[in-house]
Amino acid sequence: MRYPLRLIEVPDGAILSRDESKNLIDRVIKMSKAESIQVNIGGGYSANVRFADNQMSTAGGVTDFTVVIQSSFGKKHAVVTVNNIADEALQRAVAQSEALAKLAPDDPEAMPALPPQQYQQVNAYFDSVANLTPTDRAKAALTALEPARTAGDITTAGFLVTNASSSALGNDKGMFAYHRSTNANYTLTVRTKDGTGSGWAGGEHNDWNQVDIAGISQRAIEKAKLSRSPVAIEPGRYTVILEAQAVGDLVQLTGGYVDARSADEGRSPFSKQGGGNKLGEKIVDERVSMYADPADPQILAQPFDGQGFPLGRQVFVENGVLKQLYYSRFWAQKQGKTPTGGPTSFIMSGGNASVEDMIKSTERGVLVTRLWYLREVDPRTILYTGLTRDGTFLIEGGKITKAVKNFRFNESPLFMLNNLETLGRPVRLAGTEAGGAIVVPAIKVRDFNFTSLSDAV
Amino acid sequence: MSDRREFLKKTGIAAGAIAAGSALLAAEAAAGALPGLVLLPAPMPPPMDAATKELLMEALNTAKLAGATYADARIARYRDNQIFTREQQIINVVDQDSMGCGVRALVDGTWGFAATRTLTKAGVAAAAKEAAGIAKANRVARDKAVQLAPAPSSPDASWQTPHTVDPFTVAVEDKASLLLKANAEALKVAGVKFVFSGLFFRKQERNYANSDGSVINQVVIQSWPLMQITAVAPDFSDFQNRGNVVAPAGRGYEYVGECDLVGNAGKWGEEAAQKLKAKPVEVGRYDLVLDPSHLWLTIHESIAHPTELDRAMGYEANYAGTSFVAPPERFLGKFKYGPAFMNIRGDRSQAGALATIGYDDEGVKPDDFLIIKNGVVNDYQTTREQASWLKWWYDQQKLPTRSHGCSYADSWSSVQFQRMPNVSLLPGEKDLKWDDLIAATDRGIAIKGDGSFSIDQQRYNAQFGGQVFYEIRGGKITGMLKDVAYQMRTPDFWNAMDMIGGKSSYQLGGSFFDGKGQPGQVNAVSHGSVPARFKQINVINTGRKA
Repeated sequence: MRYPLRLIEVPDGAILSRDESKNLIDRVIKMSKAESIQVNIGGGYSANVRFADNQMSTAGGVTDFTVVIQSSFGKKHAVVTVNNIADEALQRAVAQSEALAKLAPDDPEAMPALPPQQYQQVNAYFDSVANLTPTDRAKAALTALEPARTAGDITTAGFLVTNASSSALGNDKGMFAYHRSTNANYTLTVRTKDGTGSGWAGGEHNDWNQVDIAGISQRAIEKAKLSRSPVAIEPGRYTVILEAQAVGDLVQLTGGYVDARSADEGRSPFSKQGGGNKLGEKIVDERVSMYADPADPQILAQPFDGQGFPLGRQVFVENGVLKQLYYSRFWAQKQGKTPTGGPTSFIMSGGNASVEDMIKSTERGVLVTRLWYLREVDPRTILYTGLTRDGTFLIEGGKITKAVKNFRFNESPLFMLNNLETLGRPVRLAGTEAGGAIVVPAIKVRDFNFTSLSDAV
Repeated sequence: MSDRREFLKKTGIAAGAIAAGSALLAAEAAAGALPGLVLLPAPMPPPMDAATKELLMEALNTAKLAGATYADARIARYRDNQIFTREQQIINVVDQDSMGCGVRALVDGTWGFAATRTLTKAGVAAAAKEAAGIAKANRVARDKAVQLAPAPSSPDASWQTPHTVDPFTVAVEDKASLLLKANAEALKVAGVKFVFSGLFFRKQERNYANSDGSVINQVVIQSWPLMQITAVAPDFSDFQNRGNVVAPAGRGYEYVGECDLVGNAGKWGEEAAQKLKAKPVEVGRYDLVLDPSHLWLTIHESIAHPTELDRAMGYEANYAGTSFVAPPERFLGKFKYGPAFMNIRGDRSQAGALATIGYDDEGVKPDDFLIIKNGVVNDYQTTREQASWLKWWYDQQKLPTRSHGCSYADSWSSVQFQRMPNVSLLPGEKDLKWDDLIAATDRGIAIKGDGSFSIDQQRYNAQFGGQVFYEIRGGKITGMLKDVAYQMRTPDFWNAMDMIGGKSSYQLGGSFFDGKGQPGQVNAVSHGSVPARFKQINVINTGRKA
């Protein structure tokens, strides 16, 4: 479904090229009467298929395109977002953002528009995703549905979503940034019909050819069978092997607390008692580094943030030491620091161990597939609660001996990464509750804090 | 869930909020009706314009020509208006406006959906064709054919959220000035260092038509004043937040006035400062007295979610999870969820509640229904597709097999599916109040406001925090506690409920951001509740130091 490209209309679902994006942004900037204007645009085509209870559920395709206009007059600014890009609609939106900005009180922290920037190119767009058809997606679903229907004793629920989109932003000072990307994400939950077992697997990449659909289906099915009839073991502190997904679920949350300003204001886990922040202090095991890198081949994320600030490799934790906090342009200026931009990726360094190696070296411990419903309990320590889900196992004498009931935990990624035993190889996750592109390793830790049992399967 | 996270990132505040209290209660008491308050009826929205209707018909006809046995189309405009402040300055003013058309087609018992922002005849026809095409492509993977329970058509229907002031007509400087005044009041309190506040409004102009002959237009208005106040210890050894101070509501701008942010900010600031000096809770079992401003979220997580029928049948297994209230034949009319005085109602009719609407997103006029009746599971939340799954039960009860009107899509670009109506704990027969429950309690903890919340994927094991916690000794509140959370197993918890408030203590809480589905969608929903007491609940201390 492609319409011929006309001068002033974006074809439904088309991915705008760099030139088309630049033209559209320039068109909006020309309409502006404000002292300064920034325009962010983006959109494309998203398609999905969903199945559950061994049958098709819903499936759809959505085309949309959004224009975000921020007008400024001195220290006053306002944002208007529209998804209609006819000239008259854009003119209305520009006028509305100007009217709102004029009436808004001053923002003493408003920063001047960014001048033109240099960006690295990240090739995140793959035709393998952009060219997928509804039939291709239905066939992917069959990799789970067919074995499940044949087996008879399991039921599958899965979701495959693909996106192809472009994003760009620019301002009246000549700054312009453009990125286009594709993404394919597949997750599958398999439950045993007796209601006692559940397994999950997932995968994601910008390139369809790097998502092993059939392999994911197979993994979830095997895990469901293995997790049948779990037994209850006492909650308490255990040596725990967390698969990469579980590590990402918890560790990625650290990223939400690295704001320098909150630390300097005394309301962050990285605030120092007596004043200031913990930059330069060792906060986790020295084998752990955490960084952002949009160009990492496992990540391929947008190399600029929503303000047009260029993003490169940025190390937040190096060898266990807090090296960098997030500095907004305003806070950096106030504190005499360099602004960091808002990261679009999260990477945790790893080691060489496989999950199998970690199991073999464990006398008694618990293997966790993934975590669920993580919620902040205490922002002072990044203490979170949540539960294990879809495959929790007891390890005895270097082997998985039985499936165990799920646990609730109360644990902080900071506590956990101070109790580190072994690191695995970092892998790209199929998303977490917090979202975003994440690469983390499986790990083995001591004294993980399970506080109660759940009957949930 | 992800949209909620996006919002959290944007605003730096926890989602979910609590009922405003006094103003609502007064109106409630005056109205004498239950549950919910009675508002002046708003004028009907203007009739659907001919051009929109023509596009809807074009979409339906195209879908039918492409083989659809049933189709529906929605053309809608979704507007958000947000203003956020901190301390004595503005953070941002944001206006969002999104329009488009979503078409759902049922071909040979399989669903397809497509959405476009191109509102021309060619644009909506292309979406309709694509929806039918996707449905056909998926036929190869179909098992059972989808069947829809019958629903009467509404050929010329309209509805509007009752309101007196449209928030989209209020000037931005008035909104900003109100917030900055409230912030100033909170900052007067010793120990209070930071305030975040905001006003969040939604207006949705929804036009709907289906191949059964329904043509419906509705206008939905929702308002949410937000505030989070932070007190910091002078030596930086501790900080405490007081947030979720006011519930979002299906109301107009007049609700913002009733919430009286300026008048209440000082009190909320005092509570934040007081939390710095509060006594850490001793772990153990306590009788909990829970305020509606807290209990709404426990109802939401441990009753409303597990009684979604799609969830119980495994349709949400890959994301939100399944339900312990399954399979329905083992629970309906059999399972004792709580004491005999426990009645839980589903509705989309309570005035001021977020899920309240005239017609759902498949054209069904919702009814009020009891999910828990005299303590026993009585019904589930349903759509047209799902209602037929419970035909055996409705036949047994001599009730018609009909959808309860719980179909909802969070945007023109999202496919509709089963979402929560307002799910509420009905008042007890005796008109007891909060103070009566405290007076009757010898050793316990009283909790107001919603805090941290987490529950497993079948809704058994949950842990809840709160905003403010008070020690109860000998029938009196004796001081503030901190670092309190309770852990519970759903059926044990509700069966431990031994006292509830009456009519005059009924209050609404709710959330703008209830997540479900893949791709993720957010639903706005309210939960009415009375204060209630729960015997001997396990309380933990969350204040561990690094």
